[in-house]
Amino acid sequence: MISESLLVDEISSGAVHGERPKFMRRFLSSGLTRLGVGMLLFLALFSFVGPLVYRHSAVASHLLNTAASPSRQFPLGTDSAGHNVLAQLMVGGQSSLEVGFAAAAVAMLFGTLYGMLSGMAWSWLDAVMMRIVDILLSIPAIFILLFLNVVFQPSILIMVFVLASTAWLSVSRLVRAETLSIKNQVYVEAAHAVGAGTWRIMLRYLLPNFLGIVLVSATFQVADAILAMAGLSFLGLGLPPPTPNWGAMLSDGMNYMFQNSWWLIYPPGICILVAEVSINLIGDGLRNALETRER
Amino acid sequence: MSEVLLEIRDLKKHFPVRGGISRIGGGAVRAVDGVSLEVRAGETLGIVGESGCGKSTLGRSILRLIDPTSGVVNFSGRNILKLNRSQMRAIRREMQIVFQDPYASLNPRYTIFQTLSEPLEVHGLFDASERKHRVYAILERVGLDPSYASRYPHEFSGGQRQRIGIARALILQPKLMVLDEPVAALDVSVQSQVINLLEDLQDEYQLTYIFIAHDLSVVKHISDRVLVMYLGKMAELASADELFANPLHPYTQALLSAVPVPNPDVRRERQILQGDLPSPANPPPGCVFHTRCPIAEDVCRREIPEWREVKPAHFTACHLVKGGTP
Repeated sequence: MISESLLVDEISSGAVHGERPKFMRRFLSSGLTRLGVGMLLFLALFSFVGPLVYRHSAVASHLLNTAASPSRQFPLGTDSAGHNVLAQLMVGGQSSLEVGFAAAAVAMLFGTLYGMLSGMAWSWLDAVMMRIVDILLSIPAIFILLFLNVVFQPSILIMVFVLASTAWLSVSRLVRAETLSIKNQVYVEAAHAVGAGTWRIMLRYLLPNFLGIVLVSATFQVADAILAMAGLSFLGLGLPPPTPNWGAMLSDGMNYMFQNSWWLIYPPGICILVAEVSINLIGDGLRNALETRER
Repeated sequence: MSEVLLEIRDLKKHFPVRGGISRIGGGAVRAVDGVSLEVRAGETLGIVGESGCGKSTLGRSILRLIDPTSGVVNFSGRNILKLNRSQMRAIRREMQIVFQDPYASLNPRYTIFQTLSEPLEVHGLFDASERKHRVYAILERVGLDPSYASRYPHEFSGGQRQRIGIARALILQPKLMVLDEPVAALDVSVQSQVINLLEDLQDEYQLTYIFIAHDLSVVKHISDRVLVMYLGKMAELASADELFANPLHPYTQALLSAVPVPNPDVRRERQILQGDLPSPANPPPGCVFHTRCPIAEDVCRREIPEWREVKPAHFTACHLVKGGTP
């Protein structure tokens, strides 16, 4: 009896009617996600606002103080060419974050379009499009990236497209799979029945229903792109000097590892690590927040 | 008798079965195998049969949601299978469908308003304020509060969602509505409400219904005529009263004997069919029902029975039913 009256109260108060916590609230409810957001915010502030506060040139060579250990003048020391490591770290973060996010955005845009068209196309065209993806995926990504970086002189813009050139493949596969499953839903058939055209179905039915999943994947693409760019720079085929970036700094520092110059290795290494961890935490949080969506 | 709204001639839908990588060879699932019938304006044609007999495929083929393999579907005198894309879109205004599963048939990302105004938008009907007005009116007509328009499907019960599905079909003011098991997924108490709503709407808008179901008591209640299908083929067609009072095809007799009677004192002879539905990819020769028929004879295994009118307006395809003109 009591439970029944409670239920009635609940219904009349409207509490039962599909009230769910708003998306941002669910997203930020996890401590790890908040940690990830905080770390990424810190990195962004460090890279983009830091140089405005810590006004030291990243490219000026202090030739009297080469390979100097941390001091009051150079809080993180200098490298073998006398560059201020802290200033380099800040400016290097800019290119890493910019390229990472831009490459993921390009990959997501192109991969979504490609995957959706493939999923909606006639079966033979779908087969051809997906075999192209299979072929590209069967070539080691690092080989493609190195090849493209050798052919094109990398600038920040070219770097974005080079990294996106391999990152879109997995997005397109994901989107195609989602397209195939959603396009056979009864509500899509209902849209056909009322006379909706293919474009309308793609934009209003497919896209909103898989956008969440694609966003989660795009988040991880950001982390992948930052790591890939660091890797390329480490191999000496990243952005050309003098633009500093974390991967190149790490690569340079490795040469002096045996001189115990830890300030050349730990700062860029930790920055890459923090970027990776924070973005992965955010991706996990996004996924968890989206999974509990209404069904 | 009113005019013929829909005429189907020898409609077939075969789904190819692909074997492995090579797309050559492999048979076909004969989901609908040679159906011919007429539906008159304003009537309700019930289609019954067990799962997998092709009744849903038939319903979707009529609306060309599935492209039939061959045959003719004349709707208002035009063969819709010959229409191009834009002509087809235009004619969809006049033929709509209500789906079985009210949980799957609404876009979860659309508000009810978006779901209901989309048909009008697609066909470029009315301006925004008139569309709004019509959405509210149709919600009210199917028994929902217009204030629900801003909500999402997951906030509704199955019966409410089915009313929304009916409203979506109705808002274009179609002539023909295919009801594909519209109450099968609902509670019994809600079923009767939805059935009553459908009947009221039919009177009000002079709708023609094709009512697909496997619940015979519902079909008997709502239909003027009933078609019994078995394995993609027509088994028997007659007015609802005649069919339920006087079933001729042994399959129809078995179906009807399975209907529960709400009187525990009545003892009935129940015919229980042996075996399973044969595979429609490899249907039996002769009469497709002979493998389970209690009275099958040699001729049934050899020859495909002809579709004939054994009594006025009572058709069946069975060698052993006497009477009429062969």
